[in-house]
Amino acid sequence: MPESNSLTKQHLHISMRLNGEPREVSFASYKTLLEVLREDCDLPGTKHGCELGECGACAVLLDGEPVLSCLIIGAECDGREVVTVEGLAKDGKLHPLQETFADCGAAQCGYCTPGFLVTAKALLDRCPNPSREQIKESLSGNLCRCTGYQQIFEAVEASIARIAACRVSGNSEVV
Amino acid sequence: MAAVIPPPGEHLHDRKNLQLIGKARRRVDGRAKVTGQTKFADDLQFPRMAHCKLLRSRVPHAIIKNIDATRAAARPGVLLVLTGRDFPIPYGILPVSHDEFPLCNDRVRFVGDPVAAVIATDPLIAFEALDDIDVEYEPLRTFSDPEDSIQHSEPRIHEYADKGNLHKLVSLQFGDVAGGFADADHVFDDVFFYQGNTHLPIETHATVGTKDPDGKLTVYSSTQCPHYLHKATAKALDMDPAHIRIIACSNGGGFGGKSDVFNHEIVVARAALMLDRPVKICLTREEVFYCHRGRHPVTMRFKTGVKNDGTITALHVQSLLDGGAYGSYGVASTFYTGALQTVTYHIPKYRFDGCRAFTNKPPCGPKRGHGTPQSRFGQEIQLDKIAVKLGIDPAELRLRIIEQPNTLTANFLTVRTIGLRECVERVVRMSDWKNKYKKMPHGRGVGIACSSYLCGAGLSINWNEMPQSGVQLNLDRSGRVTAFCGATEIGQGSDDVLVACVAEILGIDPHDVRPVTGDTDLGPVDLGSYSSRVTLMMGNAAIQAAERARDLLAIAVAKKLEIPKERLVFANRKVFDCENPLKALSFRDAVCAAETMHGTIGTVGSYSPPKSPAKFKGGGVGPSPTYSYSAAVVEVEIDPRTGWLRVPRVWMAHDIGRALNPTLAIGQVQGSIYMGLGEALMEEQEFRRLPERLSNALVHKFPSMLEYKSPTTLETPEMYIELVEDPDPTGPFGAKEVGQGPLLPIMPAVANAVFDAIGVRIDEVPITPEKILKALDAKAKGKDPRFGPASFPSVPYPEPIIVTPPWEGGDGRAANEPEKKHRTEQNQGARNAAWHDAQKLMNEKSNPEGASR
Repeated sequence: MPESNSLTKQHLHISMRLNGEPREVSFASYKTLLEVLREDCDLPGTKHGCELGECGACAVLLDGEPVLSCLIIGAECDGREVVTVEGLAKDGKLHPLQETFADCGAAQCGYCTPGFLVTAKALLDRCPNPSREQIKESLSGNLCRCTGYQQIFEAVEASIARIAACRVSGNSEVV
Repeated sequence: MAAVIPPPGEHLHDRKNLQLIGKARRRVDGRAKVTGQTKFADDLQFPRMAHCKLLRSRVPHAIIKNIDATRAAARPGVLLVLTGRDFPIPYGILPVSHDEFPLCNDRVRFVGDPVAAVIATDPLIAFEALDDIDVEYEPLRTFSDPEDSIQHSEPRIHEYADKGNLHKLVSLQFGDVAGGFADADHVFDDVFFYQGNTHLPIETHATVGTKDPDGKLTVYSSTQCPHYLHKATAKALDMDPAHIRIIACSNGGGFGGKSDVFNHEIVVARAALMLDRPVKICLTREEVFYCHRGRHPVTMRFKTGVKNDGTITALHVQSLLDGGAYGSYGVASTFYTGALQTVTYHIPKYRFDGCRAFTNKPPCGPKRGHGTPQSRFGQEIQLDKIAVKLGIDPAELRLRIIEQPNTLTANFLTVRTIGLRECVERVVRMSDWKNKYKKMPHGRGVGIACSSYLCGAGLSINWNEMPQSGVQLNLDRSGRVTAFCGATEIGQGSDDVLVACVAEILGIDPHDVRPVTGDTDLGPVDLGSYSSRVTLMMGNAAIQAAERARDLLAIAVAKKLEIPKERLVFANRKVFDCENPLKALSFRDAVCAAETMHGTIGTVGSYSPPKSPAKFKGGGVGPSPTYSYSAAVVEVEIDPRTGWLRVPRVWMAHDIGRALNPTLAIGQVQGSIYMGLGEALMEEQEFRRLPERLSNALVHKFPSMLEYKSPTTLETPEMYIELVEDPDPTGPFGAKEVGQGPLLPIMPAVANAVFDAIGVRIDEVPITPEKILKALDAKAKGKDPRFGPASFPSVPYPEPIIVTPPWEGGDGRAANEPEKKHRTEQNQGARNAAWHDAQKLMNEKSNPEGASR
């Protein structure tokens, strides 16, 4: 194991927009975005399963795109927008994906769920009416050991109508 | 409507008009899971928390000559370094194999065995300090596979093994098996291999130890079994268990992988006590692969005698398990490879020989299905071979031989309800089996297989006559009900089961009930989330506690409304007169009335499974209050040029008794299908030797989630599922298990579908393209069109314990086990066979509890 040099122990200071709020945070310069979120921003909702970019549990949205926060250095996030599972609900209301994940059994142990939710949100933001194949493709980097994925697909599909209903009613805040 | 006193003759499992049970609902913890608010062990943060990292052995088998941690201890930020010297007392999950130390004492037995722990102010400091610990090893011969362990008894990996390096050797015979084979028209003799694989929960194991303000110990952990961790921690740290509190955090998936007691849990407990500050450890993914306790690799031989009509005359199963370096649950795993064959099909004469070998690899243990998927794989493929040979449709063959309900099997397991016939009929209908089997184009095919599984192990690991699950209810004048239970939420929905059972009986909303679970200080003992026991055992305890609370309320409400309590109905958050529903109290007012009349309202419920009629040594593994059944049809598409196999569709019918919450039940079935497909097609816990010049070590071939292949969304088949609901009198509202059984038929159904598709047998998992091509190549060359083990190794099984089957007048006792028989009589037949082994094997120091009995 390489000796940690003084550089990695130095603290960095960045500003980002985190879950819709301006956020200033200082952290040891070696830290990944995952570590910064969990350890320095008090947002433990984002999970880790491998810290090598293999499981998708740590997915967050960086400038609207799903990324594996274990592969992003915190230093890269200065001036950028980050959304975690904690930022999905708005004004005390769950995001439609959160509602349907809970209703359809898409979250069993719930450990992979934050990663699935933000990845699915990115898909629906980009493609409001995806096919089952598009859903499978976009979620193929997220591993789940509990569900066998089918209830996750069903939850994403069930949310499509709810999101559309929100849009029609002008409640675009939620989505 | 739910009347207070059920009409005469009506049992809860027969009840039709349930308000909550049987309806698809959002689980009670659903909101927490989708908002990221569920607290897993690694999410916990405490002031002054220190961090622990373990130094793990890089050699597979060696004597520890010396450990020098001076340099590590001197590093800035390092608070404490622990070694085996700090942990003189061994522990283990089974009383017969207390063979682990929190940190290795004098010997390492596999790459990954922990030898030292560093606790520092920061995880990075702890990690870097591991490099400053110097360990001097004296290497020993390394055993890589069971045949090696059979052939070489020295050096012994453990001194307590039955024979040399063979941890456990068992043999049981029920009836005249040789005579059964003589009566057969055909005798089939096949060998199979089931590769080991691992649980791969997405959450890596994590534990936090804290010293409470009053000086007691609290351990938060990602454990499926807080009660067993409680016992083991007290033993290994030589502490009063009353001063230890274990809190099982919600598990981020378990599948059996968090049901053993882990060394890191005990290490951080001691470190927290010594440092008087919280200490956390969170394992890396690579460490989780090495902690393992997963599926045993098993080589099996199935010898089955059948009549021309498919009737089985006798079955002889032999198994050889690669146990890895420690006992873990292995003795139970060994028996499980031979326990459940008889509860699925009628087998009049049965023999089982089992052997578990120690090797210098990570210990194997229980994974979903615990010991039974391997032999289910062999049995169901062999049945397919039998059907082909006899010219009987494989689905029809199974229908002919299904075990009868309310039967005592040859090995004294009690079958109660059995919905397997309907399961087979449903998957045949759903899948259009009759138009697909043998009728699809080359390269496509279907296969069928069945299975059964426990609804809770009938005998507890640590033998005693106390309940195996307890529930306490506390009702408050606000109308709030709190349900306390030691059960552990691992994602399967046990909190939802607890709340649903209580809310149904009390006629309230699930949201009115707060579950407090997995905490040894707050709730009564539940043995843990393993053996598919929680729904049945905790559910029954919850019903009992809720009925007692309901009855207390009913007395008070009846007095207040001036009607007989028999007329009261508990429903819709009200208690009302069934003859005049307007005559009612809200549930809250009902609790107030009861609190006024009786004082503080609290009730308890508990569950103990029925006593097993099996009185022979080894009869402790297999009994269950009842069994679940499943049938599956799997469709495959194979490219014969590349061997590439795809599963487009799976049909499954599962006999669940009654689905308490169908959303969760279906999720368990789908998750089982998924995990079964992983085992069938790609997952393997494979090891390789490093070159001699490096260390000759046995290392995991691919300890990462990228290279240890598991199915993704892209491999997910279409899944068509039906639940067969024939309420079982032993289950809560008639419910049976659903978490493990549906996994079992998937692997053999895939293998059978491969045969239907391309006419070759793959007699081992995983069924990879490479093996398919080898079998196709053998077929093209006119050789045996098959891939699998050529022969079964020579294993020194002992003389069998002879037990006469019930239909030949047997009473469940062994004919040739007099000492055991005597003891059994003394103890009214309830003692666990494992316990007798414990008395023989454990010295007083390592098992003080045993010495006192």
